[in-house]
Amino acid sequence: MNQQKYIEDLKDIKEMMNKSSKFISLSGLSGISAGIVALIGAYFAWITIYSQTGYQDFDRTLLDIGQLIQLLTIAFVTLLLAVSFGLFFTRLKTKKLKQKVWDSQSKTLLINLLIPLLSGGVFCLLLLLKGYIGLIAPLTLLFYGLALVNASKYTISEIRSLGILEILLGLTATYFVGYGLIFWCIGFGLLHIIYGIIMEIKYKS
Amino acid sequence: MKELLKDLNKAFENRIRLGIMSALVVNDYLDFNALKNLLGVTDGNLASHLKSLEKSEYIRVQKEFLDRKPNTKYSASDEGKLAFIKHIKAIEQLLK
Repeated sequence: MNQQKYIEDLKDIKEMMNKSSKFISLSGLSGISAGIVALIGAYFAWITIYSQTGYQDFDRTLLDIGQLIQLLTIAFVTLLLAVSFGLFFTRLKTKKLKQKVWDSQSKTLLINLLIPLLSGGVFCLLLLLKGYIGLIAPLTLLFYGLALVNASKYTISEIRSLGILEILLGLTATYFVGYGLIFWCIGFGLLHIIYGIIMEIKYKS
Repeated sequence: MKELLKDLNKAFENRIRLGIMSALVVNDYLDFNALKNLLGVTDGNLASHLKSLEKSEYIRVQKEFLDRKPNTKYSASDEGKLAFIKHIKAIEQLLK
């Protein structure tokens, strides 16, 4: 009888610690939608890059300024869509769990995600300006992975392993420069979709 | 058995106080509204439990103004953290 009460107490303590310090309303659906958007974006990028050259010269492509602007536009739209879908599904879930989207937990999560992510983003833009195009795809994966690992302390723990996978993928892509788009599809598309499905099943909303 | 029970802290017997301490030991600080949302209790109820924890010096209270509105931040004191950890350890010992 008494023992039952103390077991309940421990359970309450653990739950309260989790709920108060971590943002647990991340929706699996936002992962899936981000993955699908990424794949569509990659398809448009592929058309842009290889429209003239054809894919015989797969590992050597020169971009002109027009293509570059087009690619950046695709990247921007893709990012915007992925983030909006993510926010939308997360909002649905927070409503269900009666949590707020914008509270101290999600703020800490976002800040810790954005520090590595923005530094990586600016770094890649600088590389782009200097013309080192080949390294951009691997580096975006690498920095994204680091950002996820860093942010994982403030949300569900699976994000950490997703981050580690993205890092490994980024390192592999650094070796195979020129196949960046394929690695992008795997990292931002496939992995997101798989992770979204796993999360959706595990944390059935 | 007597020895073990001695470490169980009366201050944390209450569910709400237990909840407040759990949330405060893993966060640097939380304000009144955050605690209220987490625990799902009324203002008066929360306030009285916070008062009693403050009296035993397990939590620290810091009042300030945010956009001209009063805002109260609560954080666990070192003493409170220690007492809380002792309490959890005592429960774990009891359950062994």
